[in-house]
Amino acid sequence: MEHITLLIGIVIVTALVFDFTNGFHDTANAMATTISTGALKPKTAVAMSAGLNLVGAFISVEVALTISKGIIDESAGVQPEVIFAGLVGAILWNLVTWYLGLPSSSSHALMGGLIGATVASVGLSGVNGDAVAEKVLIPAIAAPVVAGIAALLATRLTYRIGRDADPKATAKGYRAGQIASAGLVSLAHGTNDAQKTMGVITLALVTGKVIAPDADPPLWVIVSAGLAIALGTFIGGWRIIRTMGKGITDIQPPQGFAAQTGAATVILASSHLGFSLSTTHVVSGSVMGAGLGRKGGVIRWSTAGRMLVAWALTLPAAGLVAAGAALLADQGDWGVGVVAALAAAACATIWVAARRKPVDHTNVNEVEAEAEAEAPGVVTTAIAAVTPPPAGPLTATIPAPAAAPAPAPVAPAAPAAQPTTL
Amino acid sequence: MSIDWAALGSVFGVSLAVTVGLVGLFSLGIVGLAKEGATVARTGAYAAFALCAAAVAYGIFLIVN
Repeated sequence: MEHITLLIGIVIVTALVFDFTNGFHDTANAMATTISTGALKPKTAVAMSAGLNLVGAFISVEVALTISKGIIDESAGVQPEVIFAGLVGAILWNLVTWYLGLPSSSSHALMGGLIGATVASVGLSGVNGDAVAEKVLIPAIAAPVVAGIAALLATRLTYRIGRDADPKATAKGYRAGQIASAGLVSLAHGTNDAQKTMGVITLALVTGKVIAPDADPPLWVIVSAGLAIALGTFIGGWRIIRTMGKGITDIQPPQGFAAQTGAATVILASSHLGFSLSTTHVVSGSVMGAGLGRKGGVIRWSTAGRMLVAWALTLPAAGLVAAGAALLADQGDWGVGVVAALAAAACATIWVAARRKPVDHTNVNEVEAEAEAEAPGVVTTAIAAVTPPPAGPLTATIPAPAAAPAPAPVAPAAPAAQPTTL
Repeated sequence: MSIDWAALGSVFGVSLAVTVGLVGLFSLGIVGLAKEGATVARTGAYAAFALCAAAVAYGIFLIVN
């Protein structure tokens, strides 16, 4: 009994850490354009988004207990080890993409992690391949297209309507509209994404027989999940905000308004018409659409391209890390401990690396010179840094599970030895 | 693999119509307010903003439910 409680405890802490990285990663979705157009000061923007995320976590009481939406076979009961390993994969991928300043979907990372962990511990039969295509791949392609076209047409229209008006007189109005749309995105995010963590924690509690299978999540679960996502949002993934708000294209107030309104609409429409789309993909698409909609607007395709590569890698990368973690965690208590220690070490490494070139609320809107000059180098670093984390736990696992070498996750600093197939 | 084309299509259609409609409406309101002195334009602008506010309220309603 004792070790089950410990394992459940670790799963809960890991789920909250994931929730934190989720908020941290997705601040950009609601607030990047608001910050880059100057509609809100950076600190004000993240504070508002954090508050609305917290409110969002409380206003909906329906917690989905099928965390994977039918992608993995949950009928036999999901082992806490699998959930734990899946979360570790998702957290690490979220941190790597944050370090590189790339917006990528936190839900895809979580699904990828769960798929990888399931394959490693149960085998391929535990994963529903059709559901993967249906719930992950198609929406990932559809989201930016839908949001992009909507934002593009809306941007054209608003510039046409306002072509004779004085930009100074209209800027204030655009800012107000943009703040309202960004608020809606934040609220929707809190409702959807905090629920995911509540679902994971509740599931872990059910598995550990702490609460009855049909019980509502305890209040402390709702409070802690809401607080974790709000705290993550408030700390702010400034690197991603910079890419989203400045890196893809230069956004002016009318574009920011059109992009954010398009994003809010698509997110709400998709979650209520039964074709769920990732917030990150929607916002990235609408920012690109708004960029194309303005005459003279330029999309930095190198940045957009890197972002697409990150999207394509999200599922397999999080899955590989999670698979390695699951193989280790299946060894027993010591395996779980080793995974936790390795994950903590990897997080610390990425954090320290990020401190060397900090991006925060003071320099979030300064990007151009640096990004342009470094374009080829950044791609190389992206590839180099993306490759090792999946390889780390795997190479650590396959040859000698008992040895459990600690230095594995420190590898991101070293360039990748093997050629990457991008 | 079954793609729910109907759902995807309706998401696309609704998103496009609502986004373009709202942005258009709000833009008209902004431009109306920017024109100085015209009472008709001003009244029209407030009507446009009221409709946008109603849309936001409906959005919040959708999130809460």
